[in-house]
Amino acid sequence: MNVIETHELTLQFGDFTAVNGVSLALQEGEIFGLLGPNGAGKTTMIKMLTTLLPPSGGGAIVAGYDIVSQSAQVRRSTGYVPQLLSADGNMTGYENLLIFAKIFDLPTNVREERIQRLLEMMGLQDAASRMVKTYSGGMIRKLEIAQSVIHRPRVLFLDEPTVGLDPIARASVWEHIKRLRDEFNTTILLTTHYMDEADGLCQRIAIMHQGQLAAIGSPQELKASVNGGAADLNAVFSHFAGAALEATPGSYLETSRTRINARRVG
Amino acid sequence: MTDIVNPQNAPAAWLRPIEAIVFFIRKTLNIAEMEMRKLRHEPLDLLTRAAQPVLWILIFGQVLAGVRAIPTGEFGYIEFMAPGILAQSMLFISIFYGISIIWERDLGIIHKFLAGPAPRAALVLGKGLSAGVRGISQTFIIYPLAYVMGVKLDFNIFALLGTLFTVLMGAVLFSTFSLLVAIKVKTRERFMGIGQFMTMPLFFASNAIYPIEIMPGWLQAISRFNPLTYVVDALRTFMLDGGQSHFGLGTDFAVLILVAALFVWAAGRAYPSFVN
Repeated sequence: MNVIETHELTLQFGDFTAVNGVSLALQEGEIFGLLGPNGAGKTTMIKMLTTLLPPSGGGAIVAGYDIVSQSAQVRRSTGYVPQLLSADGNMTGYENLLIFAKIFDLPTNVREERIQRLLEMMGLQDAASRMVKTYSGGMIRKLEIAQSVIHRPRVLFLDEPTVGLDPIARASVWEHIKRLRDEFNTTILLTTHYMDEADGLCQRIAIMHQGQLAAIGSPQELKASVNGGAADLNAVFSHFAGAALEATPGSYLETSRTRINARRVG
Repeated sequence: MTDIVNPQNAPAAWLRPIEAIVFFIRKTLNIAEMEMRKLRHEPLDLLTRAAQPVLWILIFGQVLAGVRAIPTGEFGYIEFMAPGILAQSMLFISIFYGISIIWERDLGIIHKFLAGPAPRAALVLGKGLSAGVRGISQTFIIYPLAYVMGVKLDFNIFALLGTLFTVLMGAVLFSTFSLLVAIKVKTRERFMGIGQFMTMPLFFASNAIYPIEIMPGWLQAISRFNPLTYVVDALRTFMLDGGQSHFGLGTDFAVLILVAALFVWAAGRAYPSFVN
């Protein structure tokens, strides 16, 4: 059964087409990676699927609901961890979870149990009553993921979940993403720049290039399709998106933003 | 495993608007609770806000009271200005409130809330209410100070509640206006410039520190379109022993509630554009 289905999903900003006719289908319980150079349209895809941006063409069904006409239901049944920091540094870890539990209308008797379970799952029990501004980058990411799954969404969107994290924190975040899928059968759509992340974590990946899907398949399939089958994922990526790497406009601002974010979480 | 609403339990058609309103109020209170929790972690925030109104009353108030240059009817000048300074204090806190959501947007916090189930207008009103609590905190500084300075305050419980409600409404109105401006200008630098530019005209084109009657005609006309004028009018009625409303409390509250509702609606509508 498909939990996410997009049909010719398109978004235009004036003359610029950020996402151009993307059709995708994700199955229940799948971890799906969206790859592509900066400006390829990955974040814009996620913003449309989380109803933050209305599409200018095509459509999508997420968790059984239409992203335009049933946006309120989509927001209720999905979780979203934006690329930027989204936990509030001026509250404790526990309070950050509590507020989201309330916003998602968890019944009072379920609330406490679920917060404790997530704190335990993410290894944050000891830090629960500390202010989040004292957390490390990896702890903040795990708290943000905990916040976004507190209502047990069918679909979870992660926008560059490990950007700026050190290798140990990254491995720990991967571990937790897999556990979410294994325990709750959550369908996870993530974007990433890291080939090892895509290779180790995702059942299927799609490479985006200038707003369009350039390739889609399991990491093994994609590797087999390039250079007579001897390729690694980096070679696959360059094959489908490489030409665009140096030609992306507006990358100065993008670079500044990425580095600022990396500093904040790191 | 998913918390999906069972269609069998969907409410009858006539109940749905009521349900929507209850949902809206609950989400508003969730946001307000979050802001209160943040405030509890930084209580000193409020104390630093108290310095300015104290200086206005102690210095500006005492000097002008001595000069007797401003006709304030049956009240002394300090009595006349005390409600005005409470309104001013509320105004300054509220009009710069928008800076906080620019900060939250730059971090990324806003994105997550917008992708959640709370209605956008509830996100706005929740923040407005928390500005109201910040404004109300000033009451606890200005009342004792005014009392010590010899102002005859009305300590009737309804009058006190009236004061608190007026400050709350005023703060919701000006803070949601501030949020709307923040959503439009998007950067801290531009917002600070506009904030400075807004406070002075709002304050001086009102009846806060002098009566409308002594203003030139054009300013009198402007002051009647200034919501702060109605805040001050209601505060003077509630705070002062024997205070009389100039416009009538019904008019005061009608103006405040209508304008505040308009700003909540407009800021809620504009909110999604803030993150794109």
